[in-house]
Amino acid sequence: MVKKRLIPCLDVRDGRTVKGIQFEGLRDAGDPVALAARYAREGADELVFLDITATNQRRQPLTELVREVARVLDIPFTVGGGIGTVADVEALLLSGADKVSINSAALARPEFITDLARRFGSQCIVVAVDARLVDSQWQVMTRAGTQATGREAVAWCREAANLGAGELLLTSMSHDGTKSGFALELTRAVSEAVPVPVIASGGAGQPADFTAVFQAGGADAALAASIFHFNETALPALKQYLHAAGIPVRL
Amino acid sequence: MEIAVVDYKGGNVQSVLFALERLGAHPILTADPEVLRRADKVLFPGEGEASSAMQALREAGLDRVLPTLTQPFLGICLGMQLLGEHSEENDTPMLGLLPFRVQRFVPDSAHKVPHMGWNNLQALQGPLFAGLTEADHVYFVHSYCAPVGAYTTAQSAHPAPFSAAVQHGNFHGVQFHTEKSGAVGTRILANFLAL
Repeated sequence: MVKKRLIPCLDVRDGRTVKGIQFEGLRDAGDPVALAARYAREGADELVFLDITATNQRRQPLTELVREVARVLDIPFTVGGGIGTVADVEALLLSGADKVSINSAALARPEFITDLARRFGSQCIVVAVDARLVDSQWQVMTRAGTQATGREAVAWCREAANLGAGELLLTSMSHDGTKSGFALELTRAVSEAVPVPVIASGGAGQPADFTAVFQAGGADAALAASIFHFNETALPALKQYLHAAGIPVRL
Repeated sequence: MEIAVVDYKGGNVQSVLFALERLGAHPILTADPEVLRRADKVLFPGEGEASSAMQALREAGLDRVLPTLTQPFLGICLGMQLLGEHSEENDTPMLGLLPFRVQRFVPDSAHKVPHMGWNNLQALQGPLFAGLTEADHVYFVHSYCAPVGAYTTAQSAHPAPFSAAVQHGNFHGVQFHTEKSGAVGTRILANFLAL
């Protein structure tokens, strides 16, 4: 049986890991290469690396840093942030990324998802969806969460999967960094709407939040940042907790 | 020891190169038939879509070279599938070194496609799996799989059993990513290098 995955996320700006609340108020969380190696040792099932300033500053992702992380990492490694062209994806894969995560470019040109899936295979194309709850509707945001798109989240997730996304990284901006638990209803709705795996992100605060997102939320994987970076919840203890709660995890 | 990694623009080979380097090897990425024939071990990674991979192999002349290799050979992921006869993915004839036909997984509410993530291995056979048990997990990412047959050296299930590893003579294949399967994958790669 395929196991539920725990995925630490490194939000990287200017070569350092940072973490904010609802995408703002960033604080430093350390050297990404050292953090990546530590998480792999501690039993992380994958690692996600997001260059969070790339889109707004129109900067290429940091391929050299990607290479340094990939060199030490023996678990799957997804890189996102500012990816807008086939050449961007090629450069990241050549640097050692296993998958890429696209967001704003997919919203601007949905056919980009299909182009990438044809060229590199769906297995390495993750579509990241940042959703915000506005008037009881989940709206898709773009450009690092700064602009509304007018799209509804579940519909966009379904479209992205149809266009060739191999996986969806679903972030609730309304929960991000709040440690109040994941957006369970949204995660459940997306997970039931698409045939591809769904990574839930935003709101992880305590071990019970993960049990909830795997059971009530139906997520295939859960992504978190601050609880791991600031040593609030260690991965080995979290995995033991989930195992005891009957969630299938890799120990 | 000379270790060659087949270069046919078949997806992400960098992870495989890094994994071999972590084991102290100095792999050569090459499409040169002479270098491939001379190598002590050949690794054949692959990602992406079967028909474009076969076309890339034909354009490089590798569809004729690879079947003639006699040293230990390891196909990884799509590299394993390409060893079979045929893939349902775009109705693609493949190298035909092993007698399997690759089929697509059928998703249901509990089993998503791609089969993506860590799954355990069962019915382990042969030297690649020395030191491992059925409690060990490896990382898979694929939408197509080879059925279980006489050539199967390890199984996994999603939900039906499929070939996680295959072998015929010097040709070995693993459906999972050895290079991304933590300490278990490292052990399998080391076992291959020790063949």
